[in-house]
Amino acid sequence: MLKLNINGTDRNVDAAPDTPLLWVLRDHLDLTGTKYGCGVAACGTCTVIVDGAAVRSCAVPAAAVAGKKVRTVEGLAATSLTRLQQAWIRHQVPQCGYCQSGMLMAATALLEKTPQPSDDDIDRAMTNICRCGTYQRVRRAIKDAAGMTTPVAASGAAPAPAGLTLSTTLSTPAGAK
Amino acid sequence: MKRRTFLLTGAGVAGALVVGWAVTPPKPRLVPESARLPLGRGDVALNGWVTISPEGTITVAVPRAEMGQGIYTALPMLLAEELGADWSQVQAIQAPVDRIYGNVALLIDGLPLHPDDQGRVVSASEWIMRKVGRELGLMVTGGSTSVRDAWQPMRVAGASAREMLVAAAAARFRAPPSECRVERGWVHHPSGKKASFGELAAAAAKLTPNRVPQLKDPKDFTLIGKSLPRTDVPAKVTGEADFGTDVRPEGLLYAAIRMAPVFGAHWSKFVVNGADTQPGVKSIVPVVNQAAGAPVGIAVVANGWWQAKRAADLLDITWEAHRNSSLDSAGIMASFRAALDGGKAHTYRSQGGLAAGFDRAARTFEAEYSVPYLAHATMEPQNCTAQVRDGKVDIWLPTQAPTLARWIAGKVAGVASHDVTVHSTFLGGGFGRRAELDLVVQAVEIAKTTGGRPVQLMWSREEDMAHDMYRPAALARLKAGIDGAGNIVAWQQSIASGSVTHSLVGRLGFTPMGPDKTSAEGAADVPYEFATHRVEHALVKNAVPLGFWRSVGHSQNAFFGETFMDEVAAAAGKDPLALRRSLLAKHPRQLAVLNLAAERAGWDKPPPAGMARGIALHQSFGAIVAQVAEVSVVKTERGSMPRVHRVVCAIDCGTVVNPDIVAAQMESSVVFGLTAALFGAITIKGGAVEQKNFPDYEMLRLGAAPVVETHIVPSAAAPGGVGEPGTPPIAPAVANALFKLTGRPVRSLPIKLG
Repeated sequence: MLKLNINGTDRNVDAAPDTPLLWVLRDHLDLTGTKYGCGVAACGTCTVIVDGAAVRSCAVPAAAVAGKKVRTVEGLAATSLTRLQQAWIRHQVPQCGYCQSGMLMAATALLEKTPQPSDDDIDRAMTNICRCGTYQRVRRAIKDAAGMTTPVAASGAAPAPAGLTLSTTLSTPAGAK
Repeated sequence: MKRRTFLLTGAGVAGALVVGWAVTPPKPRLVPESARLPLGRGDVALNGWVTISPEGTITVAVPRAEMGQGIYTALPMLLAEELGADWSQVQAIQAPVDRIYGNVALLIDGLPLHPDDQGRVVSASEWIMRKVGRELGLMVTGGSTSVRDAWQPMRVAGASAREMLVAAAAARFRAPPSECRVERGWVHHPSGKKASFGELAAAAAKLTPNRVPQLKDPKDFTLIGKSLPRTDVPAKVTGEADFGTDVRPEGLLYAAIRMAPVFGAHWSKFVVNGADTQPGVKSIVPVVNQAAGAPVGIAVVANGWWQAKRAADLLDITWEAHRNSSLDSAGIMASFRAALDGGKAHTYRSQGGLAAGFDRAARTFEAEYSVPYLAHATMEPQNCTAQVRDGKVDIWLPTQAPTLARWIAGKVAGVASHDVTVHSTFLGGGFGRRAELDLVVQAVEIAKTTGGRPVQLMWSREEDMAHDMYRPAALARLKAGIDGAGNIVAWQQSIASGSVTHSLVGRLGFTPMGPDKTSAEGAADVPYEFATHRVEHALVKNAVPLGFWRSVGHSQNAFFGETFMDEVAAAAGKDPLALRRSLLAKHPRQLAVLNLAAERAGWDKPPPAGMARGIALHQSFGAIVAQVAEVSVVKTERGSMPRVHRVVCAIDCGTVVNPDIVAAQMESSVVFGLTAALFGAITIKGGAVEQKNFPDYEMLRLGAAPVVETHIVPSAAAPGGVGEPGTPPIAPAVANALFKLTGRPVRSLPIKLG
């Protein structure tokens, strides 16, 4: 019997000690917000937070987190959505959504450690794969949640306004020349 | 499975079907034949598309799969617009399987017509296919057709329901309907009387729906054209959104499976090797039904997926020596080259007499291009949950093709389709992979052995990578002739590859025949006005299963054509933008999109230091997209790599339902296409896929992702597609920038810098 602390609650789990944390969460505790993507810690879809650090739960034996505090996407919003979740909605980040639990957990761990992350900090922390390509919205949502304004890109790209029309413009074409 | 001839491929479709269908009245798409919308207490359905609760909650049945493209928002917007609903009261549910929800636009798109074609033959073909489509009633999400298909029926459904509510209100007010006005969920009368949709719904439901209601003038739209937030997003930030792997029906068992690495191979023997006595393991189930292209395999059923997977790894399987084991990537490319040398190809476009064009040419240029097979690699691995009991079948799955899933589940279980219930979940990525039925076949086969308990079959990432239906590898030869003034007077594109449609049709048990439009799409239908133009395709069959991969034939043909265009421009001493403009004199929409991208990218100004800009234009799925990529070369642990900093994307997709969703799809398409351009290669060795998992099938990640700016051309034309048209132009835009930067043309993907 494994004793785990998940989202602040002690849970007893009847699983083999080498069962990866991911499968204890999904198959034993019915916490299906954390997803399987690769099984080899390569994609980040299964990211959870263990004692404050982002961890790829598909490659961590459950026994290794006994006595530690495990947080999953289900534990993010106790009563109301976190700033990060709100920013995720404001920027309409998810598309298919499958990787987004992992994205949110990686970003939560980043902001807890680095409340004002630089672009390099974000690049280094956010190595999760998103097949839908939500990356630029992930970056903007992290900066928004951190209370940082999005700087104008070096190439002269327009700054992203807050709200839903981010990078979209309805344009009058220059006309057929 | 009985082999029959599949009528819906290639040319001649219209003629073959006209007699059969012309006498059948077109099926209306307002009231369902069999399925009924799920109703809550007191809810009433005003037609097959919308229910209203006494509290006024508007529930819209969405007959397409939500796979990230925002369809649970865009389609309800169409209906709510005409209904006059308060958007805050609108919710989306998955529509049940019924013929009224069939995708007609997808079939019309499959007609072998050129986008510039018009006239009686075209309209007759489309009219016939619309009838066929309504008869077939296939619910499919694909081909960027969802909004195009729903644009009419969902607005009609909303308007028809509005008329019923107004009639019910008019009766209550004892006033003529024409005096009533609808606003945000209420019907008002000038006398001051008013009634909410919730109050009126029960009375309205007793009225007969009008099939030809008055639709709004687009200038009166209040929802269509607005960036409303997506209805599916909140559940996707809390972990509550259920994908296929998240369903947990009572008594659920889990299954993992091991399949032959070599395409088409069977095992010669297998030894259980203690797998059956592992903790939690229930049974070992050989799966041999190869319907719908399902590979044979050996499944382990257990109380948890990890237990099943670990036990499956213990199985000692000897795979048979199979004739396909001689297949490899180099041999496949050689077979394409031989096919083009042999000159046996189907001509998809022939205009102006190519030989005469080349005779007029002062100079000719030729180049050979190639692309590899690509996997879909949806983040959610392939899965299906099935339960077979008491002559009924339930399947829970993330699917782009629920009608076909129901059909194949019934066939495999030996029950009628109407005894199969399909529970569609959110899709953790689709991109064409989830139009396939292989998982349904395997899951139902396994569920037949579990004594009525539901079983969730999920492939490991390794099995998913090795048993995809792949984007075809292809080889293309391009040849252009230019006259003394540098004008293109001849353009020839010869392509060799397998056929997605033939592969699919074969999997479904039919005999494939005829040409496959998808092989030449993006080449035969380019908007450029070449004086002489020929596009031909040589079909080369082999055992690699092929499938629809986001933008299908456009994904490779845009790379071939648009990259060669820049090589021709360089040889002719012309600016790539100017050369493209000169070929679009009769195509003002395409020209406007090209110009908009160039203008917003600052094409006439120098790029940032160390960078070059490349441009590409492509039309597909009813939309026109131009992209300008700003690219440099950086050193990485993988060696010198292109780094794409910024992509300026212009699109004309007709009437826009939700601009932010269009922008999101452009961002998504660029990343998808860029992943393929920079990393994507499925290689075959010994008849098997060499790649196993993300470490050897790498994806673009956040740190290397460009900023994508989307600019939409305002348009009042009918809506075009959005999910795919952004993918084809990015590879050539990047290749063209690199050509400028390094002087070396890019002729194969993924891009390798020396």
